[in-house]
Amino acid sequence: MSDNRIIDAVLERHGRDGTRLVQILREIQEQLNWLSPATLTHIAEGIGWPRAQVSGTAAFYSFFHTRPRGRYCVLWSDNITDRMLGNTDLMDAMCKKLWLEPGRVSEDGLVSVNTTSCTGMCDQGPALLVNYRAVTGMTLQRVDEMAELIRTETPVADWPAEWFAVQDNVRRAEILLAGNFAPGSALRAAHERAEVDGLSASNNRSFRESLPHGIAGPMAMLDEIQRSKLRGRGGAGFSTRFKWEACRNAPLRADQERIVVCNADEGEPGTFKDRVLLTSYADLVFEGMTVAAYAVGATRGFLYLRGEYRYLLEPLEAVLARRRAAGLLGKSILDIPGARFDIEIHLGAGAYVCGEESALIESLEGKPGRPRVRPPFPVTNGYLDQPTIVNNVETFASAALVALHGGDWFAAIGTKQSTGTKILSVSGDVARPGIYEYAYGVTVRQVLADCGATDTLAVQISGPSGMCLAEDEFDRKIAFEDVPTAGAFMVFNTRRDMFEVARNFSHFFAHESCGFCTPCRVGTTLVRNIMDKIANKHGSPYDINELFKLHRLMQGASHCGLGNTACNPVFDTLNKFRPAYEHRLLSLDYEPAFDLDAALSEARQMTGRDDAGAHFAAHSPDEAKA
Amino acid sequence: MNAPAPAVKKLRVATTSLAGCFGCHMSFLDIDERIIPLLDLIEFDRSPLTDIKHCGPCDLGIIEGGLCNAENVHVLREFRKNCKFLVAMGACAINGGLPAQRNHLDLRDVLEEVYQTEAGLSHGGIPNDPELPLPLNQVHPIHEVVKIDYFLPGCPPPADAIWKLLTDLLAGRTPSLGHGLMHYD
Amino acid sequence: MNETNTFLLDGEEIPFTPGQSIIQAATEHGIYIPHLCWHPEFKAHGSCKICTVKVNGRFGSSCTMAAQAGMNVENRTSELDDKRRTLLQMYFVEGNHFCPSCEKSGNCSLQATAYELKMVSPHFDMFYPDRAVDASHPDILLDFNRCIMCSLCVTASREVDGKNVFSMGGRGLLGRRIHISSESGKLADTDFALTDRAASICPVGVILPKRKGFAVPIGERKYDKLPINLQVSEETP
Repeated sequence: MSDNRIIDAVLERHGRDGTRLVQILREIQEQLNWLSPATLTHIAEGIGWPRAQVSGTAAFYSFFHTRPRGRYCVLWSDNITDRMLGNTDLMDAMCKKLWLEPGRVSEDGLVSVNTTSCTGMCDQGPALLVNYRAVTGMTLQRVDEMAELIRTETPVADWPAEWFAVQDNVRRAEILLAGNFAPGSALRAAHERAEVDGLSASNNRSFRESLPHGIAGPMAMLDEIQRSKLRGRGGAGFSTRFKWEACRNAPLRADQERIVVCNADEGEPGTFKDRVLLTSYADLVFEGMTVAAYAVGATRGFLYLRGEYRYLLEPLEAVLARRRAAGLLGKSILDIPGARFDIEIHLGAGAYVCGEESALIESLEGKPGRPRVRPPFPVTNGYLDQPTIVNNVETFASAALVALHGGDWFAAIGTKQSTGTKILSVSGDVARPGIYEYAYGVTVRQVLADCGATDTLAVQISGPSGMCLAEDEFDRKIAFEDVPTAGAFMVFNTRRDMFEVARNFSHFFAHESCGFCTPCRVGTTLVRNIMDKIANKHGSPYDINELFKLHRLMQGASHCGLGNTACNPVFDTLNKFRPAYEHRLLSLDYEPAFDLDAALSEARQMTGRDDAGAHFAAHSPDEAKA
Repeated sequence: MNAPAPAVKKLRVATTSLAGCFGCHMSFLDIDERIIPLLDLIEFDRSPLTDIKHCGPCDLGIIEGGLCNAENVHVLREFRKNCKFLVAMGACAINGGLPAQRNHLDLRDVLEEVYQTEAGLSHGGIPNDPELPLPLNQVHPIHEVVKIDYFLPGCPPPADAIWKLLTDLLAGRTPSLGHGLMHYD
Repeated sequence: MNETNTFLLDGEEIPFTPGQSIIQAATEHGIYIPHLCWHPEFKAHGSCKICTVKVNGRFGSSCTMAAQAGMNVENRTSELDDKRRTLLQMYFVEGNHFCPSCEKSGNCSLQATAYELKMVSPHFDMFYPDRAVDASHPDILLDFNRCIMCSLCVTASREVDGKNVFSMGGRGLLGRRIHISSESGKLADTDFALTDRAASICPVGVILPKRKGFAVPIGERKYDKLPINLQVSEETP
């Protein structure tokens, strides 16, 4: 099939709808390997969008290639937990085996090896993606074998299946991970509750779009959510009831519908609980989305799945198909005439910022994932300007249980302000990494004991944008009112260097900044450069002051949460682990921004000189050959 | 004790042009006859105006030009060591200016082009006499190597701006340039 | 006008029409809030963050925040101007802004804003990025070394000219840039014209008419005559 035939087939499948551009680009790239200028032109013509908009979107996502890529594209997950498991040496070994420089495509176009942001396999790293398929548990032996398979151009489909095995590693289960959920039971419970318990219908502005059963059912469901005091599991902890009610009450124009979006763009480094929920508890999640649709009167749903979890697409499609066949999705759910709701899966393409709900919606609309100016908020003006709720995977799973068991049951678990349970993704220096579910209110110290952590120096909670806790804070509680978290729980023991942890995160943010606003676009790079300068032992107290100054600016002036929190790991570690910075400083004086002696390297090479005048004397004798 | 009141100590000033065009120094001279009262208040150490080769202890160092080679760095560091406060004068000192236009080229390509491949220039290969300072991979503004206390933008800064800065410093005021004196071109 | 529709801007009472942003209301009353990506003709973009103000003690962009009765807005405080100056310094290190060789010098919003905020140096280490120049078009030169990513050309081309010649694409410091609607990526291969609104909207020296450089002598250019804070106008250039 010619390229244009392939492109046209994909375009047709998507109805030549530009809002599906991210999916179109991914599917075409899966077949053509990369997105050539001619391909982008053909797509632009096919969907009737300006070509610049198509190329601008393609250029936004890390997983889209607008230049030829290797037939084998290897991307090593580069979270700090992968680093701690030795990914740097393994990647070097792979590059040597393949005679490659990282980031470069081999001259024969065979292979490229590079790093990527955390792929969500922190409990079973070092991990990588090969042609966007997840591989876990890399070892030197696997590196050797993989290099051989690449050299012999063995199709990835024929590689050893155990390399692609992803473990759930559920270590502790409460209500969500108990695993005894019967598909449909929550929906039935919600529906049945209505007839006996229809409350507060008076504040319902528009009921035409709700299920024909009437307003009682959805309102009763909202009442249960209110009683449950459920709060968003993405980290911010916004009241689920307020969000749902605002969406339900938002006026609809003709031809509009309400939208339910499940945010499975689990990009926060160190977080992998959504992966497990979607692998083994997908019914609970989809049922929660359907309950939400029932409560807010939505008829269309999306699961926005991060590109790193591409391998989950087919299994999840199968779950959706099974639920449609069982009458739990589709046109007359639970045999209620007119009760319609369906879910489609959109894949992301390597952009952490799409975890921000308005950026996620932009991506769903086929655009670069740039957070919107708010207000208006998605609950009134979301997907294609329609009322939209965006909730975390775990929030929907919890909502399903609220529907099933009632709000009071749920509110009895956890603390007063943080009801229910929280799933933690535990990784790093622990004996048993994996997934741990706790009622809210558990102490950090208890989690550390349960996962077999010893000599713990620090815990990074909720990923780089969260908090870094030192030993004297381990009695703090996982709860919105104390230590809120989206779920990441990365443990560092006393042999780790917290400066290197923060530096890894500073690279992450510089890579993931969308570039829209000035403080984040430039600030994240300035922070990264200063961290590298300190790492290269060229820093001074002046540079540390600069970090504080950038933190203050970015925290107040950035457009979205990414920029606002990007300096958190640097700020926390500077406050709590300052010696890790200070012992790297070259001197107390102002230090050059760059390595002076290295700045003469090209001229030395070209002139062949190596005399004293061709060098700068090192700053102090003991640093001379460091 | 009736010792005579000590004469007002003059401010000792050193100036230099690194990777610059001496345009800022020319602009300095454009303060014209004001240089005469100025000389009652300051005295010059190392400067293109005095031809003193090394700078001694000074109050004020004024640097024109950015850093394009090893010698620029040595001179700048000598100034920093000897001057209580340093002024970056002009666009090249502040952001690299015209010499920094080479920064998007690879220095090796530049040397090759100039000394080896370009017809009419390619005699004798790339100079490697140890007396010659080696060029840096990239041109840098001076604040990237030493701490700079005051900046005087302009290409060149107008004579009035230079005068304003000097009189502010002499009077102990934090230098401030108003509309018309502050410009980058 | 409802007389309760006023807010405080640096202590001065400013009337507004409901729906106006803070910067719109301020501009209407001749008060300067420093800004780069905002333009009175177009919907706010909100990317430069130079117009950041403090509303009832919290930071916000005055171009995207609606004016509300009774709000207390701080504008030209030293705290905010310090932040604005740092943001300007970020612009000056991330691009290649060599004013002496730029045709826009003296008429450039970035430069004039930096003068107003007394930015005497870029402060940070220069990035010296490698950015493209596109001289393919017969009448227009594009020099992306000076781009501040305000997106005004994107908006003007789309909304006024109906052409969509430009789009802001890519990600992050190195990736984000203007994309041009042609397969070659060259302006000559689009229907862009000198008469387009987008051809005259650029606040800096990216989109320049050819053969017109340095037409106005130094001393008579827009910001030679008066600083930018004294040229607040809803009229647009």
